[in-house]
Amino acid sequence: MLNYQAPLDLAFQALADPTRRIMVERLSQGPASVSELARPLDMTLSAVVQHLAVLEASGLVRSQKVGRVRTCRIEPAALQSAERWISERRASWERRLDRLGAFLIETEPTTKPRSKK
Amino acid sequence: MTNRNAKHATFTIERVYPAAPARVFTAWSNKEVKTAWAYCHPEWPVSEHVFDFREGGREHLVTGPVGGTRHVFDAVFHDIVPDQRIVYAYDMHLDARRISISLTTIEFFAEAGGTRLVFTEQGVFLDGYDDIAGREEGTRIGLDNLDRQLRQQRAA
Repeated sequence: MLNYQAPLDLAFQALADPTRRIMVERLSQGPASVSELARPLDMTLSAVVQHLAVLEASGLVRSQKVGRVRTCRIEPAALQSAERWISERRASWERRLDRLGAFLIETEPTTKPRSKK
Repeated sequence: MTNRNAKHATFTIERVYPAAPARVFTAWSNKEVKTAWAYCHPEWPVSEHVFDFREGGREHLVTGPVGGTRHVFDAVFHDIVPDQRIVYAYDMHLDARRISISLTTIEFFAEAGGTRLVFTEQGVFLDGYDDIAGREEGTRIGLDNLDRQLRQQRAA
């Protein structure tokens, strides 16, 4: 059960698509223009722009038009710090609460002798 | 320069355990019992651990890989209802960096044959992992995590 706030849901949706993951991976190496983003992708520029719009709506990517060139960059606050940290925190509690379950069964006083040292 | 940001998040995790609420509560309220399961890296040496389980009491834990980053957990227990509820507030530091401040509520509900535990964390996550060197690697790990969670979300 996921219970994140809406922005992370948008990020999940944005990253559900392999093309958009390729775009994010490219941008993680540094800013790029839309045509640079499109180069390795087998699709029209307008399709790339549509994918970009989804990434921007999710807050993962920002773009800025200077003259005729639109430059895209990762929005660090959205992906690299907070969500990563929050999903790690959650995953770490999931693991710990599983260990608690195993511990409670291991140390169950009535069903079997204690095996724990 | 540190890129300042503050992100708020809440997550809830539920588990049902085949043990009475009193036993599950003890796993949180007794230092030795909690130590047996609660620490995410059992291989990390614990250099300081204060555990004063009472309302207004503190838990202070310093751990981390040998020679590596110090992970410092500082909590204050605000609300304790035996066998039913624990509320504590805590902050986390990595070395000198404060990375999060959270409010955690653990609720214990008796159910047929066991206990339903509801763990809720509400936090503000500060400045994240904003180090330039780790950025690319961090992004890749972040994407892997998101990918994995997404698959779990679909499978659920």
